[in-house]
Amino acid sequence: MGYDAVVRVEHLTQRFGKRTILHDISLDLQRGEILGLLGPSGAGKTTLVRAIAGIGEYSEGQIAVLGERMPSLRVVQRIGYMGQADALYQDLNGLDNLTFFSDMYGVSKKRRSSRIEEVLELVQLTPDAKRPVHTYSGGMRRRLSLAIALLHEPDILILDEPTVGVDPVLRKNFWTEFRRLQAIGVSLLITTHVMDEAEHCDRLGLIRDGRLIALGKPSELKEQADSQSMEDVFLHFGGVQA
Amino acid sequence: MRTLSLTKRLIKQIVRDRRTVALLFIAPLFILWLLSLVFTANDTKTTFDVIGAPAVVLDKLRETGATVAEVSLEAGKERLAAGETDAYLEFALPKVNVVLEGSDPLANRAVMQTVQMAMQALVPTNGVVKQFLDVTYLHGGSTLTMLDYFAPVLIGFFILFFVFLISGVSFLRERTGGTLERMMATPIRRHEIVFGYFFGFGLFAVLQTTWVQWFTLQVLDVNSVGSFGSVLVVNILIATVALSLGTLLSAFARNELQMVQFIPLVILPQIFLSGLFDLRGMPDWVIWLSKAMPLTHGAEALRGIMIRGDSLADIWMPLVILSGYSLFFLALNIAALRKYRKV
Repeated sequence: MGYDAVVRVEHLTQRFGKRTILHDISLDLQRGEILGLLGPSGAGKTTLVRAIAGIGEYSEGQIAVLGERMPSLRVVQRIGYMGQADALYQDLNGLDNLTFFSDMYGVSKKRRSSRIEEVLELVQLTPDAKRPVHTYSGGMRRRLSLAIALLHEPDILILDEPTVGVDPVLRKNFWTEFRRLQAIGVSLLITTHVMDEAEHCDRLGLIRDGRLIALGKPSELKEQADSQSMEDVFLHFGGVQA
Repeated sequence: MRTLSLTKRLIKQIVRDRRTVALLFIAPLFILWLLSLVFTANDTKTTFDVIGAPAVVLDKLRETGATVAEVSLEAGKERLAAGETDAYLEFALPKVNVVLEGSDPLANRAVMQTVQMAMQALVPTNGVVKQFLDVTYLHGGSTLTMLDYFAPVLIGFFILFFVFLISGVSFLRERTGGTLERMMATPIRRHEIVFGYFFGFGLFAVLQTTWVQWFTLQVLDVNSVGSFGSVLVVNILIATVALSLGTLLSAFARNELQMVQFIPLVILPQIFLSGLFDLRGMPDWVIWLSKAMPLTHGAEALRGIMIRGDSLADIWMPLVILSGYSLFFLALNIAALRKYRKV
């Protein structure tokens, strides 16, 4: 494995009661790469990225982010997390939501308003910032949610299904933004169940039934599976496992 | 710092929700007003006898609109025992012996109000009037009206009820909407969340208490001899218990309806067993259950302040118990958030 891993997961096992959600997962996220986690819903992707983000507990194994064992409040400061739910205060406006979360991340008062303007511009919500969130469309909520994850200029972005329910144009914009962040050295961990989206990632982990069934560059995985479509790749590795 | 931001955000959310604001500030007044109608209706239409009253006093008594008859002591006693009158006043100056029928607090209040109204016209200071009056009861009873007796408990109850419901639901929304998880993905500490909630809802509890108390004392004319500040202290403690209990129980509710379902289970028993109704003669287990309920102690403290004029030092026991409950529930809240993040 690489020498510059910002996230290192070793033998992670997660159980809820008698059910085992994650089986002995080991993977790493390199500095400045986009690592995708592909798998059907219920495969355990969310549980995995939540554990990496420092939320919830895990039963066995180790998670180290930026060299520190998770959960660690110091490291949490350098992670941007966007969950599957939009996690917004519906009764407040976009600006209020951003202000609140920038306080949570400890963005300094001086930096706050200019930073909020920046992220609003980035997700093209500047004209709607003063509208209550419950009047937003689904896509706008998604964009605001992403803006919140970017507020404190994190080194690592953990995005759980960021493009679910997002129209193709907006999805393209999201990926342009992810690439831009990558270019300035941000490492991204993105889960998805959309096969063609997976091909945009530098490396890809395939997850099924709580197991990491393959990990590698999309081109390598395709080669190994002797196939051109991601769907076939997934079926190939899934089939081998079963 | 984060606690303060969280507090500010909660305040903003509540203020923007007009209906919740109305629930906090209008509903208690409406209920109290209805109760005041029920408990104080016809308070001057009373019937009593006087024995040996000076003419000037008799005139003043008649001016109040009460049915007043001049009789002998024997006749007064007989008529009172037969239930024909509400009371008789025996003038043995400088003392006035007021003998009330006593079984109906409404009638007691009516008589006492009439007497006091008449006396006040003659002797302007309230305290002096009370020294002249020697009140006894034929069938026990109390000088207090139902509302005087209920009001302290009700004020405490409103705080308990509204703070419990609103804080519980708002914490539930954080949980189900994913915002709690998102907060947990920031460097906020668990106790900062709990204290942020404490200050945010604490502020509304203070405002609500002040407002409801002003209305009860000034508009509904309920008697309170204690200090406003002391009442506020007790109510903030009750609000803390309600807040911490509400956020704690919201963990066991999956949606708003399930949060509402806690009301008959957790809140209503507290009002029935908090001393609103006489528990003497109840089985031991009911007494114990009542003692286990925070509102019982809150109501006891409030009644002490408002009716008996106790200072905070006099009611240290209920205050300690309420603080104990608050600290216990707050600590449980902080511990319960470990489920989301271990540090």
